[in-house]
Amino acid sequence: MNLIARFFYKYRRFAKALRLYLIIAGPGIIVMVADNDAGGITTYSVTGAKYGYGLIWFLILLGPVAYFVQEMTVRLGAVTKRGHAEAIFDAFGSFWGWFSLLDLSVLNWLTLVTEFIGMTAAMAIFGVPSYLTVTIVAIVMAIMVLQGRYWTWEKLAILFCSLNLVYIPAAFLVHPSVGSIISHGTIPHFPGGFNGEIVFILMANIGTTIAPWMVFFQQSAVVDKGMREKDIRMGKFDTLLGAIFTVVVAIFVILVTGTLLYDPSIGSHANIGSAAEAANSLMGIDRYVGTFLAIGLFDAGFLGAICISLASSWAFGEVFGWAHSLNNKIKEAPWFYVSYFLILITAGLVVLIPKAPLVLITLFVQVIAVTLLPAALVFLILLLNNEELMGKYRNSTLQNVISYSIVVAIIALSTTYSISVLFPGLLK
Amino acid sequence: MLENLREWLDMRVFEVIRSRASVITEINKKYAKPRIKMTRGVKIALLLLRLYLIFLVLVLGYKFVLMALAGG
Repeated sequence: MNLIARFFYKYRRFAKALRLYLIIAGPGIIVMVADNDAGGITTYSVTGAKYGYGLIWFLILLGPVAYFVQEMTVRLGAVTKRGHAEAIFDAFGSFWGWFSLLDLSVLNWLTLVTEFIGMTAAMAIFGVPSYLTVTIVAIVMAIMVLQGRYWTWEKLAILFCSLNLVYIPAAFLVHPSVGSIISHGTIPHFPGGFNGEIVFILMANIGTTIAPWMVFFQQSAVVDKGMREKDIRMGKFDTLLGAIFTVVVAIFVILVTGTLLYDPSIGSHANIGSAAEAANSLMGIDRYVGTFLAIGLFDAGFLGAICISLASSWAFGEVFGWAHSLNNKIKEAPWFYVSYFLILITAGLVVLIPKAPLVLITLFVQVIAVTLLPAALVFLILLLNNEELMGKYRNSTLQNVISYSIVVAIIALSTTYSISVLFPGLLK
Repeated sequence: MLENLREWLDMRVFEVIRSRASVITEINKKYAKPRIKMTRGVKIALLLLRLYLIFLVLVLGYKFVLMALAGG
């Protein structure tokens, strides 16, 4: 009897915790899954095609890095009830505020263009013309935000997040060798030696794991959801779950392209430059796997697009003092929705321009991201160390040691990455 | 007729610019004084950030000069 009572008590506690989590779940898991956007999937596809399973260990290491950065935004949002853009203006003054807002706007818009590039490339594999893809995406995104509730938007976004799991069945279809994954993927090493090419791939993977829009998005989402200090624990758990999810998906993408497209005889010279190219090549090898990869790429671009466009609109609303919640109707927050659609439609139209400099845009995204990322991270840590602002939720010594190490490493590597994008011959 | 329309448009454009400028002035005034305590650590962090951004702008400028020279 005692055993049954104890079991029942534990079950009740678990059920209560699960119910609470389902209420709080959202910002962490969405931001982390959307982190695997079109650019992210491209990076993982290329990593697998060039190095097989050889860099899986590196992605496993990146999971905790993403978690430590993003959990800070949960605490900051829940305690200050302010988005990141407003928090920077308030804490550091208008100079740094305008710098962050302008940089974020330009970067988000360019990143949104790359999401549309990914989505149109993925749908082109199924013969869908670009204009149709852009139109349908814009309509679906409009329906998602105009229904007037943050909660509904969030649950729809989580539904699209689950589509990201399409890489798991795709990986099972290609029958990767478990022994090979363990022996090549889990032991830290640099396939082909530590050269310029591998540094470029490592840095691209870091760049896709931590992006400036993620910091702005999650903090604003935490505020829009109305999370409070008591929700921080669940918010952190949500972020942790998202970090695990994002790494698992990234590993499965690598398993697919690493099994089918990596040729050990020519090693890192596999000629795959994007996820769309990988999906196209896989169509010739296994139609189902190619289809899964293309669906995954479209979904990745879509998730990136819904989060990035919102991150910008939230930031504008915070700074300009407009009503800026998804709980507001269009009449209550006209400027919030106008900015959202302006960003979305202009980015979609760029992809439709014949001979638009899409490669140059992708290059700019990588370079501009590096100007905002260090600033966003430095501001984040300084804010998290402010006792007046954060009270008992400020960073502990251990959290500071971890976050400072991450920031220094990211600044060093992302700067090197930016320079290697600008001067490709320098690291060869 | 055309002149009236141009005048009206000019007025509207100036009005919009004036109202936007006043919003920005207001925001600048609101956030003129940083709320965070400017300790030595914060000052050093912000100085390093400025230097880093200047370095990046110089690198970008250098790249564009190279691109312009290659194009010419």
